[in-house]
Amino acid sequence: MRDPYSALSQGLHAPPRSEGGLRKLKFYGHGMPYLKDLEVKGHLIVVEGPDASGRSTHTQTIQAKLEADGHAVLGTGLKRSELISEGIIEAKGNLGVGKRTLSLFYAADFADQLENKIIPALEAGYVVLADRYIYTLMARNNVRGIERRWSRSLFGFTPVPDLIFYLDVKPEELVHRVFQKNSILDYYESGMDIGLSDDMYKSFLIYQGKMAKEFEKMKRLFGLQFIDGNRPIPQVDADLQTRIDAFLNRQR
Amino acid sequence: MIDQSKRGGNGGAKRRTNAAAIVKRRSQSVSESTAGRLIAVEGVDGSGKSTQLHLLEQWLRHQNLKVFKTEWNSSETVKQITSRGKKKGLLTPTTFSLLHATDFADRYERNILPLLEAGYFVLADRYIFTAYARDIVRGCHPGWVRKIYSYAAKPDLTLYFRVPVDVAVSRILAGRPKLKYYEAGMDMNLSNDPYESYRIFQGRIVEQYESMVESEGLVAIDANRGIEAQQVEVRARVAKLFGEEKTAQLTAGAWGEHGHR
Repeated sequence: MRDPYSALSQGLHAPPRSEGGLRKLKFYGHGMPYLKDLEVKGHLIVVEGPDASGRSTHTQTIQAKLEADGHAVLGTGLKRSELISEGIIEAKGNLGVGKRTLSLFYAADFADQLENKIIPALEAGYVVLADRYIYTLMARNNVRGIERRWSRSLFGFTPVPDLIFYLDVKPEELVHRVFQKNSILDYYESGMDIGLSDDMYKSFLIYQGKMAKEFEKMKRLFGLQFIDGNRPIPQVDADLQTRIDAFLNRQR
Repeated sequence: MIDQSKRGGNGGAKRRTNAAAIVKRRSQSVSESTAGRLIAVEGVDGSGKSTQLHLLEQWLRHQNLKVFKTEWNSSETVKQITSRGKKKGLLTPTTFSLLHATDFADRYERNILPLLEAGYFVLADRYIFTAYARDIVRGCHPGWVRKIYSYAAKPDLTLYFRVPVDVAVSRILAGRPKLKYYEAGMDMNLSNDPYESYRIFQGRIVEQYESMVESEGLVAIDANRGIEAQQVEVRARVAKLFGEEKTAQLTAGAWGEHGHR
């Protein structure tokens, strides 16, 4: 069967432009037909990357810089919806929850933020800075054996971002950053739920390697810009700022 | 209850492969692959489907069959969160749809699929067709909704309790109950009057069901008759899911003069 979303996801990452800065919000697929003619002024910038890749540090720095430049910025992330984030934590604490259940839970949480925060902010002309987006959720699904097509269709309700960065950090480097930060490895971020290895350290390396491969596969399809995250923080920051400034200048 | 402690570990890979194969087979043809049977009832509130399902359950149990009943929107994990959103009136068509999909997935992954694999009669009080009808009426894309539930086994039998919408609505509204916000469809701005909104909403749900009778292979039961007359038909339909010999045995004993064997 033809995948109806493949055509939609290709070539759409170039920001649509129209006079007066108003443009029609583009979605990856189906899902919110009741918002189909919505026009927005703002821009959506996504920073993806594993835990301890420096993602949150970088998004905070970017937000501060953008605000200093006079942009109104809304920061968002996964698991931040008031409606259901608590439920996700409960579900995670309960190891009996299945992979599809958890996936739909995250999708519901994300949809809530999208409709209540992200889309209204885009309408109002904000730069929305998303600390992770659907790509992490899709990669997690794929690694756990959920069909790609299913995930792609599920997240068809999401708008196509203007810029998507992926902080690429080698798992071997990542594991040290995790230890420096927390001194323990997270159960899910180590993929312990899918039985890769009884050894948590090994499991982490295998799991993060699989996740990185998923991002590699999504790179062209969704237009992800890979940022070498193995470099020192200031260098990565400068790289991101340059790209974002270039993009925003083109919009004027 | 399913033993969750067996997840992961060394048996994980093999178990996953088996489960994936079973899911694949089931989505093509349910009854050929496993001993279990999946029976769903559908229909608007007040169509009498839950009563019929209860009587069916009692009958199957009486035949010493292994039976499990599952109800829409009843997963303990998901329930509280969903109802919190409902109380606050914060749900959009998409989040409403996704929360119900989460509830369904939880029941499916924990109960429905493993119990079917174990050979149970799984009785579903509302199944994926309820989601199709409600979500589409609320404005979600039909293709999107269907794809979300595409992993779920199609029932061996789906009984659709067909009743004129006025009859169903007056059964529900007879006691002038306090309708909940989403139950009345107030989120769709159909009317400021909850009762009028409910009427319009239910009418649209019926349209969706009717459009699915043929395409989804729902078996329509005339629910505008007496409870016992309907149950005779329900049992006859269910009996066809067995082999001929068993069918004859069941139909002879099930509603004979002295009740049972």
